[in-house]
Amino acid sequence: MGMAAADSEFHVLAVDDSLIDRKLVERLLKTSSFQVTTVDSGSKALEFLGWHEDDRSNSNETSVSPKNHQEVEVNLVITDYCMPGMTGYDLLKKMKESSSLRNIPVVIMSSENVPSRITRCLEEGAEDFFLKPMKLSDVNKLMPHMMKTKYKEDNIIEKPEKQEKQESNKEETTQESDDVQLSLQEQLNGNNNNKRKSIDDGLPPVRTRPRYNGLTVMSN
Amino acid sequence: MEVDQLQRSFLEYTNSLFREGFLDGQFGQLQLLQDESNPEFVFEVVSLFFEDSERILNDLTLALDQQNVDFKKIDAHVHQFKGSSSSIGAQRVRNACIAFRNFCEGQNVEACRRCLQQVKQEYLLVKTKLEALLRLEQQILAAGGVIPMLDS
Repeated sequence: MGMAAADSEFHVLAVDDSLIDRKLVERLLKTSSFQVTTVDSGSKALEFLGWHEDDRSNSNETSVSPKNHQEVEVNLVITDYCMPGMTGYDLLKKMKESSSLRNIPVVIMSSENVPSRITRCLEEGAEDFFLKPMKLSDVNKLMPHMMKTKYKEDNIIEKPEKQEKQESNKEETTQESDDVQLSLQEQLNGNNNNKRKSIDDGLPPVRTRPRYNGLTVMSN
Repeated sequence: MEVDQLQRSFLEYTNSLFREGFLDGQFGQLQLLQDESNPEFVFEVVSLFFEDSERILNDLTLALDQQNVDFKKIDAHVHQFKGSSSSIGAQRVRNACIAFRNFCEGQNVEACRRCLQQVKQEYLLVKTKLEALLRLEQQILAAGGVIPMLDS
């Protein structure tokens, strides 16, 4: 598949204190041809990302995190919410406060369906919120978020030719994704959008576009 | 034993586990993640689950044996167990954990001990069944067959 070569450029950092869940997420992501790094805590995640205490006051990009180097560049962070010490929410907050990390999309996972928790995370700038355990169909929802940052400089929002090729053969995925995407959009309506980096960047919110749900990065 | 006989046994056994609620759809997801490049994936995850579970059960037993029971700690352990059982599709264990957490809120030591027994029992049941299932898988592979896809 032509997508395979491009897929390997997408690097996901997965954060979860559960070994089993790290293994699961890693396998799910690798099945979709993403590069994966897993860490077991928020602090290790920040370390990996090259975060510095004074990042928020410093508008210069820190030289410790060489974002131009493919192997260190992270295109998406997916994190568990409930973790000892630093929660997923705390990690999200720290990343959004950091000048060098705020543009990395963050997705939160949780085993508990708590609406206030979900809203809180989305308001803080999380791209999406998945209920655990994660499924293959959830991984398909990650691509749009990663592409937002990847192609930000070129101001390319979507790749129409890719969408036509990538037709989902899982009808229930599309159905389920539509439901989730719509409810997330509903929650976002009326919220302060300052922290929604996609809107800040002039990119339209991708959530209500069902065709993204058809994107699959699985290679058979 | 012949391959198709083994495969039939495997399917029948798996379906019975789904029917009886020992496993749910998540286990099917695990099977989907197993392929030629990761032929041992289910085995690895299930093994991790066994190790993890035994550690948690020990911690829970210890915690409930204390003079002053720390219910917050117990709740944290049970939450963890609920998560891991949910991740592999061990539905009955997960449900037992949910019930356990409700009793934690009540802070009743005796009730919690009963819950622990319940969770232990469900865990041992699913452990036996998963071990049998994995053995069947190994027999199929040894006989040169492929593991049939679950249709749940």
